[in-house]
Amino acid sequence: MDIDPEDLFRDDSDSDSELFQEREANKELVVYLIDASPRMFVPFSQHEDEKGETHFHIAVNCVLQSLKTQIISRSYDEVAICFFNTKEKKNLQDLTGVYVFNVVDRESLDRATYFPGSKENTIYNSLWVAQALLRKGSLKTASKRILMFTNEDDPFGIFPWFYDFCKDAQDLGISIELLPLSRPDGKFDVSKFYVGLLGLESKEISHFVSSAGERLEDMKDQLKKRMFNKRKVKTLFCLSGSLLVLAGAVTWLDSVSNLPLKPERSFICDDTGALLQEPAKRFFTYKGEKVLFSVDELSEIKRLAPNCLRLLGFKPLDYLKDYHNLRPSTFIFPSDEEIFGSTRIFIALHRSMLRLRRFAVAFCGSSARPQLVALIAQEETSNSSGQVEPPGMHMIYLPYSDDIRYPEEHYLNDDAIASRPTDDQIRKASALLKRIDLKNFSVCQFSNPALQRHYSILQAIALDEDEMPEVKDETLPDEEGMARPGIVRALEDFKAAVYGENHDQEEAASIASKEASASLASKKRKAIADAATQESANYNWVDLADNGKLKDLTVVELKYYLTAHNLPLAGKKEALISRILSHLGK
Amino acid sequence: MARNKESLTLLLDIGPSMHNALPDVEKICSILVQKKLIYGWNDDVGVVLFGTEETDNDLAKQVGGYDHIVVLNGISTVNRNLLGTLKKLPRGTVAGDFLDAIVVGMDLLIKKFGTTNKGKMRLCLITDAESLTKEPYEGTKEDQVGIISEQMKSHGIKLDCIITRMSSGMADQKILVENDSLLCNISRKGNAKIRYVASPAALLGALRTRNISPVTVFRGDLELSSKMKIKIWVYKKTSEERFPTLKKYSDKAPASDRFATHEVKVDFEYKSLEDPSRNVPPEQRIRGYRYGPQIIPVSSDQWEAVKFKPEKSVKLLGFTDASNIMRHYFLKEVYAFIPEPGNKKAGVAVSSIARAMRETNKVALLRCVWRQGQGSVTVGVLTPNISSMDTMPDSFYFNVLPFAEDVREFQFPSFSSFPSSWQPTEQQQDAADNLVKMLDLVPYGRGEILMPDMTPNPVLERFFRFLELKSTKPDSEVPPLDTSLRAVTEPDPDLSENKSVLADFRGCFELKHNPKKKSSKRSRDAASDEALVQSSDPRDAAKVEKIGDTSPIEDFEAMIARRDGSEWVVRGIRSMKIYISDLLENSYEGDAYPKAIDCLMALRRACVLEQEPEEFNQFLREIFQRWKATDLRGFFEMVASKNISLISKTEAADSDATDSEARSFPAKIDFSSQ
Repeated sequence: MDIDPEDLFRDDSDSDSELFQEREANKELVVYLIDASPRMFVPFSQHEDEKGETHFHIAVNCVLQSLKTQIISRSYDEVAICFFNTKEKKNLQDLTGVYVFNVVDRESLDRATYFPGSKENTIYNSLWVAQALLRKGSLKTASKRILMFTNEDDPFGIFPWFYDFCKDAQDLGISIELLPLSRPDGKFDVSKFYVGLLGLESKEISHFVSSAGERLEDMKDQLKKRMFNKRKVKTLFCLSGSLLVLAGAVTWLDSVSNLPLKPERSFICDDTGALLQEPAKRFFTYKGEKVLFSVDELSEIKRLAPNCLRLLGFKPLDYLKDYHNLRPSTFIFPSDEEIFGSTRIFIALHRSMLRLRRFAVAFCGSSARPQLVALIAQEETSNSSGQVEPPGMHMIYLPYSDDIRYPEEHYLNDDAIASRPTDDQIRKASALLKRIDLKNFSVCQFSNPALQRHYSILQAIALDEDEMPEVKDETLPDEEGMARPGIVRALEDFKAAVYGENHDQEEAASIASKEASASLASKKRKAIADAATQESANYNWVDLADNGKLKDLTVVELKYYLTAHNLPLAGKKEALISRILSHLGK
Repeated sequence: MARNKESLTLLLDIGPSMHNALPDVEKICSILVQKKLIYGWNDDVGVVLFGTEETDNDLAKQVGGYDHIVVLNGISTVNRNLLGTLKKLPRGTVAGDFLDAIVVGMDLLIKKFGTTNKGKMRLCLITDAESLTKEPYEGTKEDQVGIISEQMKSHGIKLDCIITRMSSGMADQKILVENDSLLCNISRKGNAKIRYVASPAALLGALRTRNISPVTVFRGDLELSSKMKIKIWVYKKTSEERFPTLKKYSDKAPASDRFATHEVKVDFEYKSLEDPSRNVPPEQRIRGYRYGPQIIPVSSDQWEAVKFKPEKSVKLLGFTDASNIMRHYFLKEVYAFIPEPGNKKAGVAVSSIARAMRETNKVALLRCVWRQGQGSVTVGVLTPNISSMDTMPDSFYFNVLPFAEDVREFQFPSFSSFPSSWQPTEQQQDAADNLVKMLDLVPYGRGEILMPDMTPNPVLERFFRFLELKSTKPDSEVPPLDTSLRAVTEPDPDLSENKSVLADFRGCFELKHNPKKKSSKRSRDAASDEALVQSSDPRDAAKVEKIGDTSPIEDFEAMIARRDGSEWVVRGIRSMKIYISDLLENSYEGDAYPKAIDCLMALRRACVLEQEPEEFNQFLREIFQRWKATDLRGFFEMVASKNISLISKTEAADSDATDSEARSFPAKIDFSSQ
């Protein structure tokens, strides 16, 4: 195959003009399939403190937790919970052993222990029901998943129709994921049965085995990771958004009927009052004239490069400054779906960049805001509970010179050199740093207090609870920890070192002097007011007003009255007069 | 006087050594003036040229000396004539003296404003500083520089120096070193800032074209604890300069109306869902928030009473190792924490913590509520910014970090788990290493290329250029991206000088387009020269929506095999028919016949399989009717020789063709072709 050089160069920086953007699935339909066979109710023995905990409980707890999060972050998703191996049956297809739980009563889910399981194995039935539940919604707008909790690794021998089912599920765009729970008497062997079911993910079998959750925390963690489907932001290599800022969405309701309202936007010509369609022209006032642009021209201006990443070069890592940041980063992972061999190039560059400690600078030609990005290679890191950081590259959006400001340069003065600290001061500061060290800080250990409160309030209102729930603000500093003697001492040492011994007294003195000057000013004001009152007493204001003689007075004279009665002094003479009149009640 | 009003004097070197850079100087100056016309129409601008043949400035007239300096435009409010002047700068003939130019510029500003307007006067020097400065009449050059910076400080004048160093080697190194040290002296003593630019793009980015006066986000205490507080001011460090907002234009007003505003008012109305004609007034509306599937109405009073209301404060949570905070968690625009100006204690405190942080490689975590009544809390990381200048205090940068709810964690397979065909070989790895080394944007001996602080936003530059063009010629087209801006969007050709490394890299990796995916949206001509690669991934088949040129038969079969909808069979057959017709129509001397035959056979196979005989039979008859008399006859001979017949009743029950008719169809071709 002959490749023209330009094309290849672009390809390795994953930039192809015609790369199509995959329409992202913006809604998710999830069915949680929970095994309710007797096995799931066997409490596990090895953990004394978790006595009575059964796999079933763990699974239900996890689902509850994830439902709560889902309400916050993906409120448009639809969820169904379905138990299998149950005695009762409740499903549209009327298949035995499957119980579809009504999600609206999710509050009662934690009390759901009334599913004494039957011996009969109904996994196929359950999958069938799950698939039926997922039948709604078109492939284009929704991604569909089945998350399965079980500790049974070999439910039955393989039936002939089983692979058909798998294929059907794939064709319907349903992905099946398994959250295996270790059996009390041994490891969960994925290969026995679920390999076929999971089909496509055979590469990742090792993941499943290694992550077979034993404890609740691990499980939650696992579920959290699986909760969000990887959303392709753009198919360049294969990207997925890694950070997202959340906010509660507002819908306007009719206060009478509480029904949603439909907002309507209309464009009205300011000159003629005529109703317009969405106008196709924009203008910008320049040199006192209106310069017209068509919408096409504006998008043409922004089209600098094809919608792709174009590699420009590499820089050592320390050239990426802390202030080179504008927006949340994006994660890049290679894909061979479009161009064979791109994963290999990606891996090669990834390794080189890690080894040489460089980051790549590339131009990202998106249509909204084309900009320079830094690509930082991320090594895979993992701990006992699984992957912490996946391998790939982080795309960081760099500012342009117009976006960077220099506030620190506004206060240049010669004293700056004098305020350089001495070695002793720095030493004290280092001691302080060591004292107040958060060892195991992880970036997302805090939940957003505003958001937590928002949803707890909503929950309270929705469920008609009288009492507003208290939400703990995790972001407040740890007062108790700060009060530990070691820290207090380090703080005091540092304070004395940089502020001097008598800082508090000085501060108090300066505040006192400020207050003194403030009280001086207020005294002065009072004196003026007193003088005005005296002056004002010399006039018979009511008489003057009645005879219309106020206008014969000077502004200074009028102001005596106003000051004496604590009225505003601003405005022209007429305004003053009318103010006096209205004060007199005329 | 307006608070933000700025008085700027441009000092432009137009001597012979600058001639190459002058087109870019013209561009940057006109953009500067343009932005002033839009955002700062009150600002004053003066222009001084040096390196000119003639001499025309007040100082020369009054005291003599100061040759080859022309005051092109005295300080006056910015106007559009200036734009024309700056677009056509004359080319000078003499090597200019930048120190003299600075003096002339200062003289202009001081004469105009005297002691008022402190801190709002700016000189902007653009020169290559390659020529020797004159010996002053008395004292040394250093003394002169000292006097200049004293003067600048006492009058509150700032100096931006932009030194172009594009062509290297030509200039006398000794002069360069001397000039650099002179300028360095000014910047150390006074309010000057020097930037060296090595490329036209950097020149465009080096000059701050829009003057934005900084506004504090927060002023108050940084609370290390309830006892220990540091007075700080918080500013934005980066803030995205957005594309200018354009208003909607209404063309409804009659052309004769000269006072028409042409503006468009946007009216929002909320209609009831039950009765779309009824408009719901604002006071009847109530906010509804989503809680799962339900929408919960909450009145604003109710909300106000219970919502989260943190106290305004900036509190320390603790310190942690810098490695605990990964760079990609930085979420938003960056803030700068500066010790309260004039407060020496705060300066020392900030500085000692910043330096301690740098030494121990730690960062601080803060919880910030910038304003009282703000409904949210920000948690972020404070990193040190050790000042490089004597006159600048140390400060911090603050980056917002995500909350637990904001982070999406994903698992991706580890690279080592990929099949070995995806792993680079040692040779390939070496090639990648070489590429990374070669495309070094911080080449030794040259400055950093594409430094964000010096990189202009190409979109904005392009917009302002187009705006100017349109204001003079309303029907002009969008101009192509300026060559000096191309350095931002395209790889620097100088860097990839070493072609062998590139070729090596290219040769090492084989890239193939995946035809299944590609064919769906790619334009035909681009795809046609690509090799056929059979995809082994069955998942791809499910997504084929169109028949492409590279592998039509596979595409077609994939479409027919799709199980997520019955319409795919019909669609597949239809697209295949169109494809075959296209092939035949565009065929030149029968070059496409073999391909068309293959396609036809595939179509027939599929029609038998899917029990759609009519589709095929009709199509075959149709193309036969259409082309039997043309030079496409040869095609039907081939059809006959390949025994492609109509689908008979025995093959598919729905067929209308009997066995004999089906067999005889090709025979008819023979007949008609004779």
